[in-house]
Amino acid sequence: MPKHDVAVVGIGQTKFRSKRRDVNIPEMIYEAVKMALDDAQMEPKDVDAILIGNMDHFEGINFSEMWCGIDATPGYLKPVVKIATGGTTGSSLGICGYYNIASGIYKNVLVVGWEKLNEGGATTGIITAFDPVWERPSLAGALGPLALMANIYAAKYGITSEQAAKVTVKNRSNAANNPFAHLQMPNITLEYVMNSQMISYPLRLHDCCPQSEGACALIYANEEETKKITDNPAWFKGVSTAHYYTFGTDDIMYDLPTATIASKKIYKKVGIQDPIKELDVAEIYEPTSWSELSWTEALGFAEQGGGGKLLDEGITQMSGELPVNPSGGVLSTNPIGATALVRFAEAVIQVMGRGGKRQVPDVETALGMGFGGSLWTELAIFGKDPNPLR
Amino acid sequence: MDKVAIVGCTQTKYEAEKIDLTISELVFEVVKKLHNELGIINDDVGCVITSSNDFNDGRTIANMAVQDAVGSVRKSESRVSGDGAFAYVYGAMRILSGEYDTVMVVSHGKCSEGNQFLINNSIFDPFYQRHLGLDQISSAGLMANIYMTKYGISEEHAAQVVVKNRKNAINNPFAHLQKEVSISDVLNSPMLAYPLKELDFPPYSDGAVAMLLTNEQNAKKYTDTPVWLRGYGSCTDAYYLGHRTMTDLIGLEFAAKEAYKMAEIKNPVKDLDVAEVFEAFSTHELMIYEALGFCGKGEGGKFIDNGETQMSGSIPINPSGGVLSSNVGMANGLVRVAEVVLQIMDRAEKRQISDAKTGLVYGMNGICSQGNCVLIFGGE
Repeated sequence: MPKHDVAVVGIGQTKFRSKRRDVNIPEMIYEAVKMALDDAQMEPKDVDAILIGNMDHFEGINFSEMWCGIDATPGYLKPVVKIATGGTTGSSLGICGYYNIASGIYKNVLVVGWEKLNEGGATTGIITAFDPVWERPSLAGALGPLALMANIYAAKYGITSEQAAKVTVKNRSNAANNPFAHLQMPNITLEYVMNSQMISYPLRLHDCCPQSEGACALIYANEEETKKITDNPAWFKGVSTAHYYTFGTDDIMYDLPTATIASKKIYKKVGIQDPIKELDVAEIYEPTSWSELSWTEALGFAEQGGGGKLLDEGITQMSGELPVNPSGGVLSTNPIGATALVRFAEAVIQVMGRGGKRQVPDVETALGMGFGGSLWTELAIFGKDPNPLR
Repeated sequence: MDKVAIVGCTQTKYEAEKIDLTISELVFEVVKKLHNELGIINDDVGCVITSSNDFNDGRTIANMAVQDAVGSVRKSESRVSGDGAFAYVYGAMRILSGEYDTVMVVSHGKCSEGNQFLINNSIFDPFYQRHLGLDQISSAGLMANIYMTKYGISEEHAAQVVVKNRKNAINNPFAHLQKEVSISDVLNSPMLAYPLKELDFPPYSDGAVAMLLTNEQNAKKYTDTPVWLRGYGSCTDAYYLGHRTMTDLIGLEFAAKEAYKMAEIKNPVKDLDVAEVFEAFSTHELMIYEALGFCGKGEGGKFIDNGETQMSGSIPINPSGGVLSSNVGMANGLVRVAEVVLQIMDRAEKRQISDAKTGLVYGMNGICSQGNCVLIFGGE
């Protein structure tokens, strides 16, 4: 148990789009920050500290927190710290915010993730993550390794392209009910996904996430401050991170072992024995349709190789026993530095019952997931109270 | 506040170009040394916080490159993108939360692998400032010029900082530049950004630093002389140089006030035995004296004239030789922490300040003290 319980008391996110030519980076971030401050009915001066992050190489700005933390958030004369860990940037920020409050150092903290991908090159940026001697010429970028993983996963467990395409249809149909989601495709069909262009076998265009621009901001508070701000907070029940080897060739490129390690840890902490029954909703970080199938297994929602069956049985649909990605997921919206924080935000929205047309009924406990780096997983479980289930 | 201890720290020798080591090998050296020194194995480390900068390393997700080296496979690691002092703070928070018994904090810098002008020019916004060609050197020149003009600080005052720090570095086996320089050496070195000359600026160094943090219950398991966090303050100044009060380090003043309050320090010169500060150029250190309240505004020059910050002075500053002797990029703040830890543990050998019980660390992000972190440490 942490020294202090931590609640999310304010949420802000921009409408995500492929291009935001009308705003510069700080202006874009400010939209989400303002919304979060208004949501928590806080003035800029009330904020104790700011955590902000994106990936430096994507927009080509070094120490971006100095520009954005000061000009887009109330960072002037306050602590501003940047956390950046690739795809997991949003969840690393979200988890760092948790420790800022849990440690008793701050009473409240503003957590901001953002990306403006159209002003840079995501793939160019991602490629530099890989070792310049051994990996950069062979297995660099995001799509290549993800296609390799999908291929091994499909071959090993007999998962079909149709099953993967059904994930896209599910998530993009959910996105149609989320006004913030980037890709709005309410009439998407299985044939449309199946007939889209092959990008990197077995990934077709619509098996992949888009590139989005936007920002997400959350405000956390300790017990005392939370009472003053809202009657309807979402509390952290636990957080968990698992990292893995640097080199892809050291990893097993299927089953996402970090999700298994991190989920076992957090389920134990929160007292979850059967995640399908005890979680009410999950927002997971699926960069491709195939990943959602595989990740749901690693998170213990299905047995190994059972991700396809889990989907076929409708368990992860909005009407199923454990709806996965009511927001539309990463397949609909992917502003990289914010993506994992959007997962946390959506889990929080579901716990607060503020999901509008995409609200899952009676959510008590929700899981948010971040994925990134060299196949890392970060998790947070939110609930209506901070206590473990048992 | 509950207690959080540093029980051990290790450093590489800082050098101009460690061409024989990759970043990962550089980091592994300090991690392995830390394990050996404390008699621990990887399983004894609860989680890891690193600090690095993607631009400096030329790698996005720069912490990915050091996963294997810090041993965070299957466990939690997170990365502060910025100065190591902030990574220390995050590590301390994880201990204070009660969720981890031990946290390893690691920071590295390999300045030799990048073009420092391009790296530092990218800190400036792409619309108004970047194409002016500003970097850390030209903005330091602007700041020094305004500061020196307003307060009547001379180039000799500035040179004394360099002479002091370079002299201290001779006694620090980890320091990069270990050669004494004279006032005239500094004054006659080539002009880089008026009024600052080549020797008013630090070198570029390669190296890494690691330390183990733990809680009160476990500290004595590792050492008889744990070093405790007594105070912390952080504050960010304006982004655009034109929005800054270029004659005073306002952000640092606020951060110091907060840290002094937490550590119950009334008179810093009297209550502190040593300070390790991130001085990015010679006059910067004088400005830091003022912002930390060691002397009045504009009195930094007089303060060094009186020898107050020399090894034998009332408040020795940068016994390690400071950043002017070893400039390890993002590791600078954590190197400062390591030096204060060695001083308080009475393990600083030839540069030991006798009876050092309380020390201050100043770590910085960005250009000319934009992001500021002040830490106060104490012994038993």
